[in-house]
Amino acid sequence: MGIEEKLPSGFLLTTVEQAAGWVRKSSMFPATFGLACCAIEMMTTGAGRYDLARFGMEVFRGSPRQADLMIVAGRVSQKMAPVLRQVYDQMPNPKWVISMGVCASSGGMFNNYAIVQGVDHIVPVDIYLPGCPPRPEMLLDAILKLHQHVQGEKIGVNREKAAREAEEAARKALPTIEMKGLLR
Amino acid sequence: MTEGNGNGNGAVPAPRQDPGEVIGVRRGMFGADKGGDTSGYGGLVRTVRLPGASRRPYGGYFDEVADELEGALEEQGLVPGEVIEKTVVDRNEVTFHVAREHLLQVTRTLRDDPALRFELCTGVSGVHFPGDKGRELHAVYHLRSITHNRVIRLEVSAPDSDPHVPSVVEVYPTNDWHERETYDFFGLIFDGHPALTRIMMPDDWQGFPQRKDYPLGGIPVEYKGAQIPAPDQRRSYS
Amino acid sequence: MSTPTTHATAGIRETTEGTVYDVTGGDWDEIAAAAARSDDERIIVNMGPQHPSTHGVLRLILEIDGETVTEARCGIGYLHTGIEKNLEYRTWTQGTTFVTRMDYLTPFFNETAYCMAVEKLLGIEGDIPDRANVIRVLLMELNRISSHLVAIATGGMELGATTVMIFGFRDRELVLDLYELITGLRMNHAYIRPGGLSQDLPPGTVDALREFLKKMKKNLPEYDALCTGNPVFKARLKDIGHLDLAGCMALGATGPILRSAGLPHDLRKSDPYCGYENYDFEVPTVDTCDSYGRFLLRLEEMRQSLRIIEQCIDRLEPGPVMVGDKKIAWPAQLALGPDGLGNSLDHIKNIMGTSMEALIHHFKLVTEGFRVPPGQTYAAVESPKGELGVHAVSDGGTRPYRVHFRDPSFTNLEAMAAMCEGGQVADVIVAVASIDPVMGGVDR
Repeated sequence: MGIEEKLPSGFLLTTVEQAAGWVRKSSMFPATFGLACCAIEMMTTGAGRYDLARFGMEVFRGSPRQADLMIVAGRVSQKMAPVLRQVYDQMPNPKWVISMGVCASSGGMFNNYAIVQGVDHIVPVDIYLPGCPPRPEMLLDAILKLHQHVQGEKIGVNREKAAREAEEAARKALPTIEMKGLLR
Repeated sequence: MTEGNGNGNGAVPAPRQDPGEVIGVRRGMFGADKGGDTSGYGGLVRTVRLPGASRRPYGGYFDEVADELEGALEEQGLVPGEVIEKTVVDRNEVTFHVAREHLLQVTRTLRDDPALRFELCTGVSGVHFPGDKGRELHAVYHLRSITHNRVIRLEVSAPDSDPHVPSVVEVYPTNDWHERETYDFFGLIFDGHPALTRIMMPDDWQGFPQRKDYPLGGIPVEYKGAQIPAPDQRRSYS
Repeated sequence: MSTPTTHATAGIRETTEGTVYDVTGGDWDEIAAAAARSDDERIIVNMGPQHPSTHGVLRLILEIDGETVTEARCGIGYLHTGIEKNLEYRTWTQGTTFVTRMDYLTPFFNETAYCMAVEKLLGIEGDIPDRANVIRVLLMELNRISSHLVAIATGGMELGATTVMIFGFRDRELVLDLYELITGLRMNHAYIRPGGLSQDLPPGTVDALREFLKKMKKNLPEYDALCTGNPVFKARLKDIGHLDLAGCMALGATGPILRSAGLPHDLRKSDPYCGYENYDFEVPTVDTCDSYGRFLLRLEEMRQSLRIIEQCIDRLEPGPVMVGDKKIAWPAQLALGPDGLGNSLDHIKNIMGTSMEALIHHFKLVTEGFRVPPGQTYAAVESPKGELGVHAVSDGGTRPYRVHFRDPSFTNLEAMAAMCEGGQVADVIVAVASIDPVMGGVDR
């Protein structure tokens, strides 16, 4: 709502954080962003056997304005990229993005003129989910991991602090190109 | 557009050679052309030849289709030898290479003649042969006759400097999107098409992505310091 | 490209920076009067490319007058993946991995059509072992069932009939379990390879198939009970998306759309491949030309597919699943290892332990691939959506020179405008659902 962002750091804020995190993770509304093969697996996840309703997420919203999670399911073409960004911009804050499948995460096997090499060129991504396509169980796992992340999300001054710490850690981290040794 | 690409006869399709059609020459084996090939295969030279014109009898229903088509074209006052440049029977399939200015009349005849009756056109497929000078762009049509249960192929070619082929949309309306797709990917301009615009790529895209001279567009992928070149920049077997 | 033409309301000026177009040339009073005359109710509605009921990333541009659609146009290309170009940079065998991802609901049809084209180019279409052909037919008919189930399920969901969607996906899971047993994957299998199959059926497949047939025969009548006689369902589907035989022929529509106009054209009967001439099945037709007829056809085709699957089980004889020519055949005698991956220990023992030539041959076959003699060919199969054709061109190399897919979804979608114009907005959804376009196939 905005008030929670202005709370002073301390006991009250952490309590609000926990409550807000719990509420947010318990009732996420995913936007339907089915693009290709992964979209079929996403629909399967919502259907009978895997039953996304167990996690309070069965209501896929057609309108991005009512959604807070975008599951980018499939390959993003150069023609689709502006549309995807517009849908993301229409979603209200707070919002999260799952990049489902290798094509959305890195372009996958389609390293060519038509496909955007990773949806993180266009929107910030919270969870990368590998697989071509990932099984519904993997999507459920990604969603549960995102729930954990949402539960622990900071608010207001705490978020600014967390962001600063994350940036500090990223600066100190060894760039991938300078890493040596086995691929682990 | 592509003036000065070295084909002297400009806008006129080059005459055919027989036997077979040379579309390129392949050198070496491993794609190493900068003197690094110590395999001994570097001097290998192979000519790439597509199947050449066939002589009668073609076999199967091909003779019947060819006879009927030639007869019907003669009735319309055309010389079949000028309309059908050559007929290739290969792998149990027949291909009529049609001169592009007569394409519309040939397809109309094939559709309307009761003995031919090719009702279904399964679209057009473009093929780009940069080595086939003067005939770089090919448009390939597959026609299916449900009545007689036959399939034939028509092939039309156009030089890169004048990439125009008549549209067959007025005969086969199904080719509307197929011709737009071929225009989008190969830059073949189908004269007489009601709205020849890009269909797959964004409207403001530059170039024709499925031509051979257009790069695949892959970007190098990096794994922990190691570069993996894009698929079109790797060494490969030629 | 072409010479710029002057429009009545547009002018052209040549400047040093290039041609400049402006709209000063027209008579604005005339334009304003024409705009004032037009109906206030006339608006352009843009549906998609991201819309819950347009079957993927399809964009529909509708001009509507009140509730009536006066003009309908499609915008496609939002899922263009450049697969045809990508194929040109991979070996012929690797191509199956790409084509299976084109129309992702009918992977086995894409693979079979592509492999048939490659086999024709190689001239080995007569050498494919019987067992491989039977398994191809088996998988294609399973695939027909799963594709039609998704067509009915998503069609139901778009109507708001969520139960139909839950039912469809429930039964599709049964088919997917079989795929997973046979190929190891739920989707995108790359199981059918030029020359045969990547490996044989695992033990227990026949039992699983019989179990599936039993369940499916119990489940299929539920769709009849749920939809076929349902007055709401009938009211939404009957006489919607009308396209008669002349329209189908002109627009090149094939598959259930053509058969709903009464023409029993099916490549499995008219131009049999993979031994379809040996199976006993019928090609259902209706003459209603509408969405309801297409729904009934899909149900009936699933029943016929069950019949074919039964016959496939009877025809499964032990034997090889790959051509004998070792210059083409990948080792297909795989067994499931403890890591869950297929492996052939005998083959590895041979190439690593005893025969240097076999090792070289294996290495060359896998990295370089086989060479295909120059030429071109066209192979077509009857996919659940219609005629799926492959035009493959080889220049004698180890990689395809050009592969073009004539996807039935692409061609059938052209009929959208003919089906929707003059109807209601809500009926557009029904008409598009009855075409069953899959954007992966449309855009490739």
